[in-house]
Amino acid sequence: MVSLNHFLVLSGILFSIGTAGVFLRRNLITILLSIEIMLNAVNVTFVAAGRYSGTVDGQIITFFVMTVAAAEAAVGLALVIALFRHRETLSPEAFTSLKW
Amino acid sequence: MDLIVFYIFAGLAVLASLGVIGQRNTMHSVMLLIVSFGALAGLYILLDAPFTAVTQIIIYAGAIMVLFLFVVMLLNAHTEADLAPALGPHAWKFGTLLSALLGLEVVCGLWRLGLTSFNNDAGTVSSVSSVRQIGTVLFTTYAFAFEVTSILILVSMVGAVVIAGRPRRDP
Repeated sequence: MVSLNHFLVLSGILFSIGTAGVFLRRNLITILLSIEIMLNAVNVTFVAAGRYSGTVDGQIITFFVMTVAAAEAAVGLALVIALFRHRETLSPEAFTSLKW
Repeated sequence: MDLIVFYIFAGLAVLASLGVIGQRNTMHSVMLLIVSFGALAGLYILLDAPFTAVTQIIIYAGAIMVLFLFVVMLLNAHTEADLAPALGPHAWKFGTLLSALLGLEVVCGLWRLGLTSFNNDAGTVSSVSSVRQIGTVLFTTYAFAFEVTSILILVSMVGAVVIAGRPRRDP
């Protein structure tokens, strides 16, 4: 049996990859993809912790996280489409009207 | 044996995720993310969570990624401009350093959590892997959260239609 720490370390690595994507990429769609990576890293933590405490609660929270991820993807992509319609680009540098 | 399977799937997931953020072509990024989700589904099987694994494939790889693919194709914006002129030459290094530090912190914290909070014995397989058990808990203990989730989905659906719909023209 693989120990819990293996899964936790994997989850931490995946989460930092997701944050690196948010920091480094200049494309709104790729930033949304990186957020999905981060959500999945958290899911791994939930399922592993639930497995090692012997309950199904981890899987149920994962189910809710997936639902929220679906809603987030729908609204996020709708925002991307609306922004693209205004500026004809996907670079976040183009959307700085509210920047102080 | 389990450890070998774990390392195969974990390596696949990490490499595919690195490919997602290292890829200039958005279409390839989406495809690589599907690979990463498939590897994570394999890990869920390894964790005796077949329901979550199947949900992962159907909802994430099936539905959400198809939505992303639609938008990528619709906007026809496959490549992105260079980062360097906008943020200066050290932006890459600084971002990588920051996320590496965050990863180190998260790994250290989770490592301590794994050592202290959970007994590392695996428990019984039948209690965590049965769909009947998941359904029972979902519709009794978490029934309210489940209903709220349905409202959330409805609101986000309406919101997506309103935001992405054709802008209203004033006469």
